[in-house]
Amino acid sequence: MIGFVLRRLLQAIPLLIGGTLIGFGLMQLAPGGPLAIYTLNPTIQVQDIERIKIIFGLDQPIHLQYVKWATGLFSGNWGYTFFGGRPVLDVILERLPATLLLMGSALSVAIVLGLSVGVLGAVKRYSVFDVLATTGALFALSFPTFWFGLMAIFIFAIQLRWLPSGGMWELGEEGNILSLLQHLVLPTMVLALVITATWSRYSRSAFLEVLHQDFMRTARAKGMPPVARLLRHAFPNAAKPLIALLGVELPFLFSGALVAETIFGWPGMGRLFVDALGMKEYPVLMGLMMFTAIFVIIGNLLADIAIALVDPRVRLS
Amino acid sequence: MSEPLLRVTGLEVHFPIRSALLRQRIGMVRAVDGVNLEVARGETLALVGESGCGKTTTGKAILRLIDPTGGSVRFGGEDIAKHGSRALAPFRKRMQIVFQDPYASLNPRMSVGGILAAPFEIHRIGDAKDRGERVAELLRTVGLPPEAARRYPHEFSGGQRQRIGIARALALRPELVIGDEPVSALDVSIQAQIINLMKRLQAELGLAYIMISHNLAVVSHVADRVAVMYLGRVVETAPREALFFDARHPYTQALLSAVPEPIPGRHRARQAPRGDVPSPARPPSGCHFHPRCPIAIARCSQEAPEARIIGPGHAVACHLVTP
Amino acid sequence: MSAASAAPEGQAGRIWKRFRRHRLALAGGFVVALLLASALFAPFLSPQDPTLLDTALRFRPPFADWRFPLGTDELGRDTLSRLLFGGRVSLTVGLVAMITTVMTGALIGITAGFIGGIVDTLLMRFVDTMLCFPQVFLLLVVAAFVPPTLLSISLVIGLTSWMEVSRIVRAEILHLKEQDFVAAARALGASRARIMFRELLPNAAAPILVAATLKVASAVLMESYISYLGYGVQPPLASWGNMLTNAQGYFDTVPWLAILPGVAITLTVVGFNFLGDGLRDALDPRLRMDP
Ligand SMILES: Nc1ncnc2c1ncn2[C@@H]1O[C@H](COP(=O)(O)OP(=O)(O)O)[C@@H](O)[C@H]1O
Ligand code: SF4
Ligand SMILES: [Mg+2]
Repeated sequence: MIGFVLRRLLQAIPLLIGGTLIGFGLMQLAPGGPLAIYTLNPTIQVQDIERIKIIFGLDQPIHLQYVKWATGLFSGNWGYTFFGGRPVLDVILERLPATLLLMGSALSVAIVLGLSVGVLGAVKRYSVFDVLATTGALFALSFPTFWFGLMAIFIFAIQLRWLPSGGMWELGEEGNILSLLQHLVLPTMVLALVITATWSRYSRSAFLEVLHQDFMRTARAKGMPPVARLLRHAFPNAAKPLIALLGVELPFLFSGALVAETIFGWPGMGRLFVDALGMKEYPVLMGLMMFTAIFVIIGNLLADIAIALVDPRVRLS
Repeated sequence: MSEPLLRVTGLEVHFPIRSALLRQRIGMVRAVDGVNLEVARGETLALVGESGCGKTTTGKAILRLIDPTGGSVRFGGEDIAKHGSRALAPFRKRMQIVFQDPYASLNPRMSVGGILAAPFEIHRIGDAKDRGERVAELLRTVGLPPEAARRYPHEFSGGQRQRIGIARALALRPELVIGDEPVSALDVSIQAQIINLMKRLQAELGLAYIMISHNLAVVSHVADRVAVMYLGRVVETAPREALFFDARHPYTQALLSAVPEPIPGRHRARQAPRGDVPSPARPPSGCHFHPRCPIAIARCSQEAPEARIIGPGHAVACHLVTP
Repeated sequence: MSAASAAPEGQAGRIWKRFRRHRLALAGGFVVALLLASALFAPFLSPQDPTLLDTALRFRPPFADWRFPLGTDELGRDTLSRLLFGGRVSLTVGLVAMITTVMTGALIGITAGFIGGIVDTLLMRFVDTMLCFPQVFLLLVVAAFVPPTLLSISLVIGLTSWMEVSRIVRAEILHLKEQDFVAAARALGASRARIMFRELLPNAAAPILVAATLKVASAVLMESYISYLGYGVQPPLASWGNMLTNAQGYFDTVPWLAILPGVAITLTVVGFNFLGDGLRDALDPRLRMDP
């Protein structure tokens, strides 16, 4: 197992290097190039820029610049914001909890709902429920999420006045859990829509695969009740593709969170991203790109390890 | 004697076995392990052996569809074993292949006309109109109507497809055609038609053939000479009559005893091959045949036997066979 | 794709039969055909000039005035005309982005699959790496860096979404290149380029066609989102996405301004997705996922 984890870690290294290369390449695309981070910053003086140029080696050849920048990433030096000159990593980490809360709540809803619908669909394949559920899932995947969010605001916040239309707390109620939960409902619903659809499709096909295997027939022949069969035999075997999905889905989860956060003014990383975009805060944009990429790489690594724990055969291959 | 059309010496094709994860080499499949062959102009050499012994790989390595890891392939006096694609180009016209599977060997998305025009397009022979005529001519040669050019491979039967495959192989007027079990996937009733077509074309065009087969009976009609392969090596080469009536290698004898219709007058084999063919990834030491050989001696597991000439055109690689 | 249409009749008949069974796909195809036709004939179908403003005629509700069948917006422009012309823009971006995606993905997939070895490893690591970045993030960063024109928007969307296509094509090529018809082409001395593009690519047409259809859907979705955020199609040119941006401000009073473009986007995406799903089942039963 330790060998497996080490090998997977080794495999993540090229991804990390590739990710930093793409990030660095994109930064060269920015109007003004990488120096824009400083030249466009009104709070930095000309002589400072010269100093920074030397400190960061921006007068050096491009590959050395890259090495400097990439090592900075791994030692926690992610640059400073144009406005306010705060460390980029601090600004991002500040927003992380809100995003994790939103993603976690949406993912929980999606897994519970999607898994139930998917399993039921697989057990009762081609039933009315199954056909409706699979068609509904395809519809949900085709919905423009941001428009769905706008409609949710229109219906639940403006027309019915059941829920707040945005933000994380009412003014002056920061820390009030009830207020937080109220604010969480709509963004969760919007983010969960697409993920639920994906989960129901995947769990349906994962369970269909498992349900038709020999050990399931054997369990039935032995007179094991259906629910027990599902829990004891089907779930552990269907778990593998679903854990893999958890890893693969991460980038989509971030994309979806960005959409939900912008529509609902949820103060997470996605909102930060769109705000930074409007303010041309390139260091923050780059920081967020790298942060999510690293997050995704680690997430996939953990998913792989979890799969290996569930299925010992994976370790040996 | 002058140089034969093809002389293969010590041909080796070793495929690496790689681990799934880090792709490092963890072993070798010795698919072809030192094969020697000769083919004269206009003659038919049959290459016979059980499935998996390396016949296809030998054929593909001769054609340079697979890169040999060792040995030489002299075609018309020139060693092409290490030629790059440019140096190979002229040889592509001179050697062709007819494949075993008539379904996988024709591009399903190309019309028969397109498939047969490809050789001329690749070698920039003629213009569009001229190529159309050549395609019609090729179809006529293999006994198909010219209208076949407009249709797609799946509209044809297996035998008809094999005719198309033969037409493609003949398009560039090769000197050598390798038939890799060209009839083994066909109905028995069709097999004779295709074999007869190939014999007729050989006579008309002066072709040399290497006919690969796992079935000695099939080659008995067509071969001038027969080479028997076992686990990547040629164990016996002989003119057809000598092979059928005076087989000397224990493996050849075992193969002959497995042929269903007895050929009158030939020696009965002592015994059919025992046990399974070992994997070419772990070939037995010494003579590859020794674990299955009914007459093996101690030396057989230590030393690989050299091929020795024991009669006119008859060579055997066995410690116990002497002239 | 031309190869799919050049497929022999018997095969085409079977494919059509399988496709026809798929009622949602038929409906999707119908919607797509309708949308494409209305985009194509927008100038003839539009009751008004979509850019004509008349503040005296602001916020007309739908179905109230035959001159403005779907009402007017905050500047008095005819909503139906704007939807029709906006559809033109959205579908154009969707199609150009799809072409970019498919060409890039197919080229990289076929190169990786056919050449193999270190080229394959490097290209596929590149794909893996690109997939670590959430697409919306990549899209918005690049969209913010380059001046927004219809072409640049389409290219940016296309160049940030080709990775799946390259994986699909590579898998297909890996399977195809072991077949004897490829060996036959090599025995004839065919060049790599000829084998890749004449022999192999047409055989991968079915999965490419399916991916292309689905990619139009996601490209339309992406365009509408970045236009909604203001980084895509710029006013006064209407796109369904930027129509929503304006409408957002009048949500509580004139909700139809936000409802109509959203319905248009949803219809388009649903249409292409259903069509793609049906094509997948019809062209390649192996890839089938849902009933
Ligand atoms: N590309 C390859 N990689 C690894 N092993 C191979 C490859 N091609 C063939 N082999 C192995 O080489 C041996 C000989 O195969 P082949 O030449 O096809 O035999 P034959 O044509 O006599 O049946 C077999 O054991 C086969 O599994
Ligand atoms: S060399 Fe030995 S093992 Fe091999 S065939 Fe001759 S007798 Fe048998
Ligand atoms: Mg073979």
